[in-house]
Amino acid sequence: MKTYLTTAAALALMAGTAQAEGKLSVYHWFEYMPQELVDKFEAETGIEVTIDTYDSNEAMLAALKAGKIGQYDVAVPGDYMVAIMGHEGLLGSFTPEELPNFAKIDPKWVDVPFDPARKHSIPYQWGSTAFSVNRDVYQGDINTLAMIFDPPDELKGKINVLDSQGEVLALGSLYLGIPQCSTDKAQLKALNDMLLNAKQYWASFGSDTAKEVLVSGDAAAGMIYNGFSAKARAEGAKVEYAYPKEGYVLWMDNMVLLKDAPNRENALKFMNFLLEPENAAAVTNYAAYTAGVMGVEPFLDEAIKTSPENNPPADGPTGVFIEACDEATQKYYDAIWTNLKK
Amino acid sequence: MKGVRHYPGFLILTLGCLLVLYAPLVVVTIYSFNDSSSITSWGGFSLRWYVDVLTGPESARFAAAAWNSITIAVLAATASTAIAVAAALAMIRSGRFRGKSATYALINLPLLVPEIVTAVATLIFFSVIGLTTGYLTILIAHVTFCIPFAYLPIAARLSGIEEVYEQAARDLYATRTQAFWLILLPLMMPGVVSGYLLAFIISLDDFIITNFVKGAGMETLPTAIFGSVKQGIKPNIMAISTVMLAVSVLFVSLSYLVNRIGQKTRT
Amino acid sequence: MAGGVLPPPSNRGGTGWGPLRVPLLIPTWVMIGIFLLLPVLLMAVYSFLTKEFRGGVIWDFTLAAYDQFFFDRGLFGDEPPVIEWTYISIFWRSIWQAGVATLACLLVGFPTAWFIATRAPAQRTVWLFLITIPYWVNLLIRTVSLKFLIRDNGPLNEALIGLGLLDHPLPLVNTNLAVQLGLFYSYLPFMVLPIYAAVERYNFALSEAASDLYAGRWTILREIVLPMVRPGIVAGCILVFVPSLGAFLAPDLLGGAKTYMIGSLIDEQFKGSQGNWPFGAAIAVILMTMVLMVLMAQARAALKGERK
Repeated sequence: MKTYLTTAAALALMAGTAQAEGKLSVYHWFEYMPQELVDKFEAETGIEVTIDTYDSNEAMLAALKAGKIGQYDVAVPGDYMVAIMGHEGLLGSFTPEELPNFAKIDPKWVDVPFDPARKHSIPYQWGSTAFSVNRDVYQGDINTLAMIFDPPDELKGKINVLDSQGEVLALGSLYLGIPQCSTDKAQLKALNDMLLNAKQYWASFGSDTAKEVLVSGDAAAGMIYNGFSAKARAEGAKVEYAYPKEGYVLWMDNMVLLKDAPNRENALKFMNFLLEPENAAAVTNYAAYTAGVMGVEPFLDEAIKTSPENNPPADGPTGVFIEACDEATQKYYDAIWTNLKK
Repeated sequence: MKGVRHYPGFLILTLGCLLVLYAPLVVVTIYSFNDSSSITSWGGFSLRWYVDVLTGPESARFAAAAWNSITIAVLAATASTAIAVAAALAMIRSGRFRGKSATYALINLPLLVPEIVTAVATLIFFSVIGLTTGYLTILIAHVTFCIPFAYLPIAARLSGIEEVYEQAARDLYATRTQAFWLILLPLMMPGVVSGYLLAFIISLDDFIITNFVKGAGMETLPTAIFGSVKQGIKPNIMAISTVMLAVSVLFVSLSYLVNRIGQKTRT
Repeated sequence: MAGGVLPPPSNRGGTGWGPLRVPLLIPTWVMIGIFLLLPVLLMAVYSFLTKEFRGGVIWDFTLAAYDQFFFDRGLFGDEPPVIEWTYISIFWRSIWQAGVATLACLLVGFPTAWFIATRAPAQRTVWLFLITIPYWVNLLIRTVSLKFLIRDNGPLNEALIGLGLLDHPLPLVNTNLAVQLGLFYSYLPFMVLPIYAAVERYNFALSEAASDLYAGRWTILREIVLPMVRPGIVAGCILVFVPSLGAFLAPDLLGGAKTYMIGSLIDEQFKGSQGNWPFGAAIAVILMTMVLMVLMAQARAALKGERK
């Protein structure tokens, strides 16, 4: 009887692993990976990929914390969210040796503040967040954040703002020239008052709709991600993406290995696959952002390679990442955002 | 005779009601044939999005999602309507009892809890009791939140039916079961149909709760299309919606015809 | 006369559902009790716990979430507490929007339900399906399409200007009116179907009798019909008003998301960057308590009406 049980258990175990070998469970943003690329990976490895999607970093975090951790192998959080997930202990680790293509990561993206030496994540795509202006409506110089926060008459009442606390408050701080995680009361008060005043010029808050309002002409200017603005332009919007002199926001999405990944080996295979320049370029051609891998240029579409949204002026301002403030400081920023939307 | 049934303006309002309901669908249908990929610009007539939906790389995913959505909606609406009929009989027909108000509150609870709270709470609950998320968990959640949508029309109907019909049947030696199936249920039918339809469309439409309680790789139509819709609907989503509309119209026409034939053979 | 042959009917004069009460209610108790009430009670407990930074809870009892809702201590939390109007005004705004939408649904939904109920029986089902067919298309898609229709340079405004009814486009998108229209559009069948179920049962002989006694049409509607179909109207109003309170799709897409509604405020606490689960739970508890009180009062009033 005992032998029988052991054999049964061993068989069950083997069956379990055999099944697990063929699968990969990805938790990803909507519309952020071309289906053809997934098909290619499945054809190359025989691994069956299932993709679940989320619509914001925070929605993903909430779902994982409420019980979905352990279901997925990899996810694609933004820069600050990698740091948060690291603190929360939601990430698994790997060594560079486990990813043969690790060396293909652009060196400037290896030692990043949100994941020093890349123990949990690989670069997926990166880009910037600033704003675009419809050039038919306004012809003057647009390279200042005043377009959004103290706009010229032509743009007043026709501005869409991202419905995202991090980006709005970071750009507001850059406009005022104050640090992102300030604890200085005068600075915080100034930020609060500036935003409350600016709100009267805004028509709407919307992140997912940021492109559509520019294409339809419902908004004449709008905060937007660079690749999104390129898509708006491709769809016929007469918009120009600005590189404001006060600075702009940089972001990077990263593929992370999740804690308790049911198919860790396959997850690493997939990450390695995405570090292949040809495959990274396929994502870039699809999403219109920029890969964090070297050697992608030969595989890029001409339009992406030369687009003004992906090629900031060499002598222009620099971008900054959104900082993850500590809990006590974050409270002030939460209060400012609630004030803005009450 | 006709006078007391007819109110001036009611026909106009009904047609207005249908106009409001259908106008956005006309947009959906027209733009599903749009060659351009933006809803706000017209790039000429094209069937490419239908080809994309039916044969493109994501066609299998959409088909599976649509199948899940419809089967879950049918099962959830059927179960919740049955539960609601039973509850309505107890609440309306069995007099006063202890815990009646509490039960009334319980039936309405799914309406009261904001969806995101239900979603997070249910997911936490499922993972605490160790229920693996998947088709079953979606179904359980849907049956639960569909109950008040089925209950309210059924109860409203039942409370308008005098007890004399049933009493008469019972006095004529009908068993309780016979009285229910032959007398009461046919009288309740408009309420049951209304409740069933509401439960069905509520289940078919749900995104937030489904997205939380579904397992990895398990999709319903709303979870499959939600993201692309939020970024401005692409015409392939319009095409899927138009296909869904066509399917629903087909169902309705079929059931109407079956009804007609049934009536003809009876007379 | 037949009494000698047949035994008396088992349940003379009653309908006999009393003894079956418990088995009839068990499915409801089990489904909602286990799969909703328990999770919601857990959430209610969460509202008294300490928030974990960026989502989640720490099991330490606190009233911080309720304090945050009702008291304002300034941007830095160092001022003496005064009453916090922020969240109360968000509640008020949501109630107002939901109320207007419910009224609009009632004004259009009642005539529609009446019209359907007075068709020939075979046609009624077709009309009901006609009302529900649009809902096979996802709410989000319907809302986005509605937004497309009412845009400043959308088909509606172009048609109105083309007909010479307007000089300038009527600004609808990003207004409260658009939100109300969106809610009205989202929930209309939830008003029509329950009222239909009630009106269909209405005995038109009552109207005829009143008419014979020289009562006008509208008097009959007000004095006789409305009281008779009241359960259907109440059910419809609940099904429209309560979901409208927590809705956020219509406010976000049609209203421009410039101000929070209850739905988006709660959503932000769970899925937004603030990640404050206890506060989100507390708002939900306050909302549920409020609506529950109204519902119970209504049920009690209905019960009194029955006893009369």
